[in-house]
Amino acid sequence: MALLSVEGLRTQFATGAGTVRAVDGVSFAIERGEVLGLVGESGCGKSVTSLSIMRLVPPPGQIVAGRIRLEGEDLLDKDAEAMRRVRGARIAMVFQEPMTSLNPVFTIGDQIAAAVLAHEGGRRRAAWDRAVEMLDQVQVPSPGERARDYPHQLSGGLRQRAMIALALAPGPQLLIADEPTTALDVTIQAQILDLLRRLQAERGMAVLLITHDLGVVAELCHRVAIIYAGRIVEMAPVARIFEEPLHPYTRGLLRCLPHPSRFGQPLSSIEGAPPDLRGADAGCPFAPRCPLAIESCRRHEPALAERRPGHFVACPVAVV
Amino acid sequence: MAPLVEVQGLEKRFSVGGAWLRGRRRVIHAVDGVSFAIEPGEVLGLVGESGCGKTTTGRLILRLIEPSAGRIRFEGHDLMALSPPRLWATRQRMQIVFQDPFASLNPRMRVGSIIAEPLAIYERAGATERRRQVSELLDVVGLDPAFAERYPHELSGGQRQRIGIAAALALRPSLIVADEPVSALDVSVQAQVLNLLMDLRRRFGLTYLFISHDLHVVLHMSDRVAVMYLGEIVEIGPRDALYRAPRHPYTQVLLSAAPVADPKLRRERIVPKGEVASPLAVPSGCRFHPRCPLVFDRCRVERPLLRTVGAGHEAACHLNEAPALLTGA
Ligand SMILES: Nc1ncnc2c1ncn2[C@@H]1O[C@H](COP(=O)(O)OP(=O)(O)OP(=O)(O)O)[C@@H](O)[C@H]1O
Ligand SMILES: Nc1ncnc2c1ncn2[C@@H]1O[C@H](COP(=O)(O)OP(=O)(O)OP(=O)(O)O)[C@@H](O)[C@H]1O
Ligand SMILES: [Mg+2]
Ligand SMILES: [Mg+2]
Repeated sequence: MALLSVEGLRTQFATGAGTVRAVDGVSFAIERGEVLGLVGESGCGKSVTSLSIMRLVPPPGQIVAGRIRLEGEDLLDKDAEAMRRVRGARIAMVFQEPMTSLNPVFTIGDQIAAAVLAHEGGRRRAAWDRAVEMLDQVQVPSPGERARDYPHQLSGGLRQRAMIALALAPGPQLLIADEPTTALDVTIQAQILDLLRRLQAERGMAVLLITHDLGVVAELCHRVAIIYAGRIVEMAPVARIFEEPLHPYTRGLLRCLPHPSRFGQPLSSIEGAPPDLRGADAGCPFAPRCPLAIESCRRHEPALAERRPGHFVACPVAVV
Repeated sequence: MAPLVEVQGLEKRFSVGGAWLRGRRRVIHAVDGVSFAIEPGEVLGLVGESGCGKTTTGRLILRLIEPSAGRIRFEGHDLMALSPPRLWATRQRMQIVFQDPFASLNPRMRVGSIIAEPLAIYERAGATERRRQVSELLDVVGLDPAFAERYPHELSGGQRQRIGIAAALALRPSLIVADEPVSALDVSVQAQVLNLLMDLRRRFGLTYLFISHDLHVVLHMSDRVAVMYLGEIVEIGPRDALYRAPRHPYTQVLLSAAPVADPKLRRERIVPKGEVASPLAVPSGCRFHPRCPLVFDRCRVERPLLRTVGAGHEAACHLNEAPALLTGA
């Protein structure tokens, strides 16, 4: 049994201007100890997918269909209290902006210690020692002193580490990381990716890594799901996505990026822009921009099908 | 041929102070002795981490801010010595494209007026002729002339960036400083804008100072690349030489740290040490020494100067006196 399985998830926002179909029938699974990347451009539904898993979709957003199972238990059946326990202990989340998780008026040591106490109980003193140990594990220098700092006293990179320590304190089975390095300078990003890689391997923890950066995916992920307009269009082991992408959107995305073998040459680009998620058009959401689109693409929405072992594509036209 | 732009010993100090510094005035050396030249029609890339002085360098060249020291020559003239009317006239030939297409366009103006504004300021054309030129400029940046009637909030990020580029082109400049022109855009749109910039360069013989924190974007766009660290250029050279045989440890670290969307091209992982340096606490000797994987005693005391390491290729690292240590050969 997979650690987490998401089946047919649909999350929508009812707005005055129509219903935004932010997540529109997404299915995937994450095994224990696996790092799955969820990749796509701005507004394609990555964050709403992760908030749906955590049951933290803000109003007017609503999960209107689907199943989200953690070790077989359906999270959508849980009451608020049971869900709080899942979030505290079994699934943790880190964000691009550390101040979404860190409280500005408490020291980071106190915050991590509180998370340890809530999860394991025990004495305050022991919880504080655990907090310092956690800061040491995420490679915060002089962790004993830094534990007494308030979040604003830390640099961006250290704050990111403190947030990771806080998220990992209860020993979650799954870490959801939503653009954890997007706001960081490239050298600090390399440090945080290295840290995540190490912590993931040491703890055998599963990670759902959300990013718009295919380079970050290549660094960290075992498997990748490419998402477009609220739907997964391709999902495969990381090497296959880069070596033999099948979906025209994935191919287009990869060719948009500057590559050392083609520096200075024109990039191929994807014409047009992603669709408005308020539309309820039939057919493949990528069809209007797709170089391979045929008449039937505009009428029938393609299902995600396993075209090769472990390699799923939602495109009947893709050359396999 | 004479360079289009030539800067020598450029410096910019900002004096800062505030509550968090308890009112104490302190000096930030944002740009600290930068020299380079850009040939006509060339693209020079400027890359480095946040706060290293890229934007300040770009603004100094356009004299949008005044240097604390140094010389800037543009089209053969000493910009610092030009009379105000001559400077005003020269400014038409140097334009800037900003990072944030959302913030850099006046939200209350129609696109047509935004593009026509520089023409109006410089009284380059009457109203009818301006309208004709706006249509032409929209066409040049790949937008339908009907966009002239729209407002910035009705446009996507990529469309706004095209408007910013059209406005920069209106006065037919020879130099464009492009300061992070694609950093706010999704990759598919980023590719469209990068292609447009390349295309315009060819069509109009433009010269760019192309600024970005994204090393791969800079390598893609530039003939030569300058790497900045804490207000200094630590390495400058032809694109291919810098990519294949970087001669400063910071360039090597940047190349190793920048994620590549191709697992086959993965370089040896050098996980960089330390924090992004602050210009409020500039280290002694080589400014990179606290983070350098190859640091040795001399680096802590003696500031290395740029020295030639190849054709048109310079780097500021003591190890270039013993290159085998640097390249690991
Ligand atoms: N509160 C809301 N009300 C209405 N629409 C919303 C709301 N929150 C999100 N959406 C819409 O849902 C869609 C998916 O948003 P989501 O935040 O998941 O995108 P994303 O893939 O995380 O993008 P980014 O890379 O920019 O973070 C978007 O089109 C967005 O406009
Ligand atoms: N007007 C100003 N007053 C005071 N300090 C300034 C001013 N402008 C820039 N600085 C400082 O000068 C240094 C260099 O800034 P600059 O904006 O040139 O960096 P940058 O390389 O463009 O960074 P980024 O990648 O973040 O855009 C920074 O430390 C910045 O805080
Ligand atoms: Mg998001
Ligand atoms: Mg800048």
